[in-house]
Amino acid sequence: MKPFDLSQLSRAHEVRFSSDEPADEKLPWPQFTVADLNFFYGSHQALRGIDLIVPNKRVMAFIGPSGCGKTTLLRTFNRMNETIPGTRVEGSIRLGDKDLFSFPATRLRRVVGMVFQKPSPFPKSIFDNVAYGLRLDPSIRRNEIADKVEQSLRRAALWDEVKDKLHQSANGISGGQQQRLCIARALAVEPEVLLLDEPCSALDPISTAKIEDLLFEIKNLCTIVIVTHNMLQAARVADYVGFFLNGELVELNRAKQIFQNPEMQQTQDYITGRFG
Amino acid sequence: MSASYPPLSRKIINVAMLALTGLCTLLVLAVLLTILGYLLWKGASSLNIAFFTKIPAPVGQSGGGVENAIVGTLKLLALASAIGVPIGLLGGIYLSEFAGGWSAFTIRYTTDLLNGVPSVVMGIFVYTLVVLPMHHFSTMAGGIALGIMMIPIALRSTEDFLRAVPRSLREGGLALGASKSETIFTIVIPAAIYGIITGIMLDIARVAGETAPLLFTAFGNLYDSPGWMQPTASLPVVIYNYAISPYDVWHQQAWAAGFVLLSGLLVISVVSRMVLARGKKLSHG
Repeated sequence: MKPFDLSQLSRAHEVRFSSDEPADEKLPWPQFTVADLNFFYGSHQALRGIDLIVPNKRVMAFIGPSGCGKTTLLRTFNRMNETIPGTRVEGSIRLGDKDLFSFPATRLRRVVGMVFQKPSPFPKSIFDNVAYGLRLDPSIRRNEIADKVEQSLRRAALWDEVKDKLHQSANGISGGQQQRLCIARALAVEPEVLLLDEPCSALDPISTAKIEDLLFEIKNLCTIVIVTHNMLQAARVADYVGFFLNGELVELNRAKQIFQNPEMQQTQDYITGRFG
Repeated sequence: MSASYPPLSRKIINVAMLALTGLCTLLVLAVLLTILGYLLWKGASSLNIAFFTKIPAPVGQSGGGVENAIVGTLKLLALASAIGVPIGLLGGIYLSEFAGGWSAFTIRYTTDLLNGVPSVVMGIFVYTLVVLPMHHFSTMAGGIALGIMMIPIALRSTEDFLRAVPRSLREGGLALGASKSETIFTIVIPAAIYGIITGIMLDIARVAGETAPLLFTAFGNLYDSPGWMQPTASLPVVIYNYAISPYDVWHQQAWAAGFVLLSGLLVISVVSRMVLARGKKLSHG
């Protein structure tokens, strides 16, 4: 796959760049290439003609008011929406250079991991939570599992806090720890992409800071796409930000650009708090 | 000078309501304790070791027990569970996890109807289906009748406890690349297992006291019933037969058998509450 430049990120909108940024910055190969994507819940259309490219090994954030379709798009990337009856998708998404819909859903979801809004540890021990995805894969040998569990917990910056209680129930740790456990659980199977759906909305500021720190650490391991309502969070963690409104991608740009000098009036209105 | 707060009228209503609700609670408890106490008082003279270890003595002789009925009830419940639990459990899993709108409605509706079938009708049904072709009553026929009666509650309670498992847990499993059935068997069912076990124990307790379906199927037996193909005594039927007999000794033994049966049900009930409490404790840390 060829590198591509910023101007191709969103094909629906011409992206201009301020003079202090190199306009021809080359990005590594595209992780997702979305073309003319429409999505329906029954007769309600939740996404309208989305065109965008998600660059590999970068953090992309989706922002926008509730019901704007950002979570729907996120859940299309690992085809989680297919588990909801009455949904329909039109258009194309490529994962790397392959059609996203050509994968069996179970294999796709091992390549594209996901962390949900509410921490949802399984009612099992901390160890068994992280080992869950590993044990589903028969090619992973039993004696490798303990090492991989430790590695994942370290990557999620949780190891030091739980190493003495690995075999206690995961429901006994704090909400912030539970969310980092869910990140460790998703990282254990070494996905190419990690999708995060408002991962900090149920957490206090200290837990939030810990999760943002660890996103910096893991972004050289995998591509990160994060949905957030927190503008400051998007500004802190994201390289690129997409602004959604009423199911459309209004603007996609460098995070700095979006927050300092947005192209579209609607983006300006949203980030300055005039609506949403 | 400030008036007292809250006003006197509200204090009085508060006290009165508290007294009323407390009284009703006491009444419920009193009914149960009265029944237990009465059974114990009436049957105490028959409650001895022989009652649990001997088969009934011939009329006119003292002594004897209901060992054959206790063993018979245990065998009937074992057979009923072997039939009712797997069907109820798997049916509940299907209903909660796989059934679509129309099939779910049909299953739920028929199950509720089955639950409403009078137990005596269930007895006649199994009598026609099993006893007539075999030409005699048997433990097997009784177990089948109780087993069919167990299905609706086992099925619906399993469904309810599975449905109570939050969607976030299912999505968590799917998002890690587990298939739907892997998610159900490794996450959803383990998360609901204590509730499911509790429901099944209460279901067993419910059919343990059934009399009518056994009159036409297990019938009764004055001796130990060998194997599964012979008529067998059971506690509820023994209580029924002894209670309508003209002998004082049998009346006393009926009271005692009632006490044993009720105590057994209480134990099952208490143990199942403990199982559920333990499950709650585990899943909430």
